[in-house]
Amino acid sequence: MLLNYSHPLEISNLTTWLDTTLRSSMPEFWVLFIEFALVIVALLTAYAVIALILIYAERKITAFFQARYGPNRVGKWGLLQSLADMIKILLKEIVKITRSDRFLFFAAPFFMIVASMATFGAIPFGKGLLAVDFNIGVLYVTAVSSVGIIGVLLAGWSSNNKYSMIGAMRSGAQFVSYELSAGFALMTIVVLAGTMQFSELIEGQRYCWNIFNGHISSIIAFVIYLISGHAETNRGPFDLPEAESELTAGYHTEYSGLQFGFYYLAEYLNMFIIASIATTVFLGGFLPIQVQGWDAFNGIMDFIPSYVWFFAKTAVLIFLSLWVRWSFPRLRIDQLLNLEWKYLLPINLVNIVVMVILVLTGLTLKDLFGII
Amino acid sequence: MTNLSLFFVVFLAGIILVIAGLGIALLLAPRSFNLQKGEPYECGIPTHGTSWLQFKSGYYLYAILYLMFDVEAIFLFPWATVVRDLGYQGLYSILFFVVILGLGLAYAWRKNVLKWN
Repeated sequence: MLLNYSHPLEISNLTTWLDTTLRSSMPEFWVLFIEFALVIVALLTAYAVIALILIYAERKITAFFQARYGPNRVGKWGLLQSLADMIKILLKEIVKITRSDRFLFFAAPFFMIVASMATFGAIPFGKGLLAVDFNIGVLYVTAVSSVGIIGVLLAGWSSNNKYSMIGAMRSGAQFVSYELSAGFALMTIVVLAGTMQFSELIEGQRYCWNIFNGHISSIIAFVIYLISGHAETNRGPFDLPEAESELTAGYHTEYSGLQFGFYYLAEYLNMFIIASIATTVFLGGFLPIQVQGWDAFNGIMDFIPSYVWFFAKTAVLIFLSLWVRWSFPRLRIDQLLNLEWKYLLPINLVNIVVMVILVLTGLTLKDLFGII
Repeated sequence: MTNLSLFFVVFLAGIILVIAGLGIALLLAPRSFNLQKGEPYECGIPTHGTSWLQFKSGYYLYAILYLMFDVEAIFLFPWATVVRDLGYQGLYSILFFVVILGLGLAYAWRKNVLKWN
């Protein structure tokens, strides 16, 4: 009933209008060509803009956590700071290391950026705003995002630098370990929702988000996903691969100029990607808060465009991630690996079985209260 | 079909970003050559030896363990989508599978693979 409401501020209006006008005036091939070009432009713009906003937000929020001002010279409240940083990084020399493996050194940033971009394309930003909607969406996201680790390992190895090597090895061990937990946590929700496609996952959460639907199991999975997602992005208490005080900058020590910029970019975007996948899978994605039966309330909530909901929920999770990052001291490598292999992974395996039992015995909130 | 082509489009977007960025940087950035600048960074002292050498085997063991569970994840994902329809039969059969893998983890734990030293 409410599924097909039309909203004046939705971007999907624009895209459907564009599609129909193009189709009416030119052959199929050129329509696809133009649309694909537009998708690339839109993705690149969104990628850059989100990274700039995130970098500014992180610096500002961190500053407030640490009781200082943060960037406040470039533009009003330092708003243009990350733009200035971007221009600066473009103007820096790309230093070539004499004893490195040239080809792999050059190829490594490609893996990082392509992995995060391919994951980025699968995120539903709003109604009709997702580029890739595979029916195996969840599996696709876990698979593609793990390509990034190849970039890290290549960077560390090809630099021929001991700091880079150690950083890359740590990062590799950490990433592969925590990727398991992230995958299994998402799998718990796949059991609950019975689908891996992001659009279907979101539709299923209209009146009851997955985090409430599977109560105990879902909440455990959500917490595990946040922890392991946080660890996958090499941030916060899990930032051993680039621990400044021990390893200078970890795997990207030898990278300079824009090549370093790509690693920086990918790191911030990965933070956003983790938060947005958590939003999509656990917190109802771009859907507004709705209660079954309260039609007036639902109508009001529907007035806020879907992408606003998506970015609001994601921003909350990103804030949480920053909060964690600046509140805890760095772990040791054995503590880090123990946390994953001795706690999170066994808990996760049991959690999946608990979720299956909840689903089969009809103890999910949707079954208990008859929510659609 | 369109999804698959869109995947390649997204893939292309990533490559375009890197190439365009590097292209702009090559145009704008200064270039100079200096023998010292080409050395790998090592806290200011002259670089000693290479870093392409044998490395701690602990990382390798974790990679092997990861492989085991990652393959399990591939088997579990399709099962997870249809477990509602499979019912208890599906639960029991996969429980057997998960328990065997759990035993694998327990074995590694017992053999002190998970102990970092």
